[in-house]
Amino acid sequence: MADTIADTRRLYTKPQNLNDAYGPPSNFLEIDVSNPQTIGVGRGKYTTYEVRLKTNLPIFKLKESSVRRRYSDFEWLRAELERESKVVVPPLPGKALIRQLPFRGGDGIFEDSFIEERRQGLEQFLNKVAGHPLAQNERCLHMFLQDESVDKNYTPSKVRQA
Amino acid sequence: MSFFGFGQSADIDIVLNDAETRKKAEHKSEDGRKDKYFLFYDGETVSGKVNVTLKYPGKRLEHNGIKIEFVGQIELYYDRGNHHEFVSLVKDLARPGEITQSQTFDFEFTHVEKPYESYTGQNVKLRYFLRATVSRRLNDISKELDIVVHTLSTYPELNSSIKMEVGIEDCLHIEFEYNKSKYHLKDVIVGKIYFLLVRIKIRHMEIDIIKRETTGTGPNVYHENDTIAKYEIMDGAPVRGESIPIRLFLAGYEMTPTMRDINKKFSVRYYLNLVLIDEEERRYFKQQEITLWRKGDIVRKSMSHQAAISSQRFEGSSHPEKPLPQDSREDDS
Repeated sequence: MADTIADTRRLYTKPQNLNDAYGPPSNFLEIDVSNPQTIGVGRGKYTTYEVRLKTNLPIFKLKESSVRRRYSDFEWLRAELERESKVVVPPLPGKALIRQLPFRGGDGIFEDSFIEERRQGLEQFLNKVAGHPLAQNERCLHMFLQDESVDKNYTPSKVRQA
Repeated sequence: MSFFGFGQSADIDIVLNDAETRKKAEHKSEDGRKDKYFLFYDGETVSGKVNVTLKYPGKRLEHNGIKIEFVGQIELYYDRGNHHEFVSLVKDLARPGEITQSQTFDFEFTHVEKPYESYTGQNVKLRYFLRATVSRRLNDISKELDIVVHTLSTYPELNSSIKMEVGIEDCLHIEFEYNKSKYHLKDVIVGKIYFLLVRIKIRHMEIDIIKRETTGTGPNVYHENDTIAKYEIMDGAPVRGESIPIRLFLAGYEMTPTMRDINKKFSVRYYLNLVLIDEEERRYFKQQEITLWRKGDIVRKSMSHQAAISSQRFEGSSHPEKPLPQDSREDDS
């Protein structure tokens, strides 16, 4: 009553090209949010962050880029992605409305600790979003990451690879 | 029971003739308990004895007939009252009358057809049982004996591999291959995942076995999915040209054969789900149905009657007592 022993030998596979095995992986995408700078005085005061990108993904026009963005730019990006793409967009770090109320002690939203907390949240947000295959198809993401400035009157469209 | 506790009553007991030799199989009941039942195959005879033991010796038991039934039925949990009987055999053991002492009745259901495998699922149950009944004016006395039926299949003639290229445009292209499309319950899934393009950051890859039980018809179809197994096959980030092997032993998991549209009431199907998870917990998956079948324990001697005769001729022996290959218990299904 012997059962035949199953053949569990591996299926045949093509040997891997050494360039592919040891070359740089084609999924390199690094985004840093750093270098916060507070600009302006009084009511017009605001903080900008440097958004630096390094990649070898062909969908990005520039393999290296650096732009400055403020929190409201991030909010704009999130709203655009929610509307245009089918992606479930992660949340941004908080809006900190309470900090902006008058007659509070301290520097409010220009406090170093708050800016650092926000910087970390923005960096996490961008890394999550920019790595999403569907978000990478949106013009708004590419404009946010690599164009000099964000044109809020743009025409939403999809980016197709050549 | 009679109102004043006076009347005679009886205990019924069903005993199979081959209870000593017949194998038992484990079967999970509705509440999750695992019990052992006598195992039968299609076409086998079900025979035994019904013992009617009087509760109060000396007193007589009046009855409207004693019978035994062999029933195969499907019960949908959302429609409990309605039992769909697809096998129903009756044997009368005694005409209406009376019993004055405990008695034993023989019965035999010859070569009973048992077309489907016993199944207890999330929303449906298919079972076979013997039911002995002593009919009475006010209330019957009955006893049931459940049995388990397994349906066996032979090695499929055609068992092509599953091989497909899937992916997300410009982001991830893989070619997956599984060595067969039909696996028996103690088989091994041998396969591979070949990466053609990897532009996302993959953290790991797993293969899941999903069981889908479908009940109902038309607009009221209901699917119940259950992940039977999760098996990690890769930990880390692959690059282009890499090939990841799969070797998944099915014997370790509790599964049934694939059941398609059983008596037009329900189906149980199995799927392999290949899941890739990236650094941001995003999941990319591809589901593929496989057919599971039950292999018999008995070694199949596959010579046909004709081939057996011709081989005897060449061997130069034609004595009639050389045994011809026995028909195995396996059925083609």
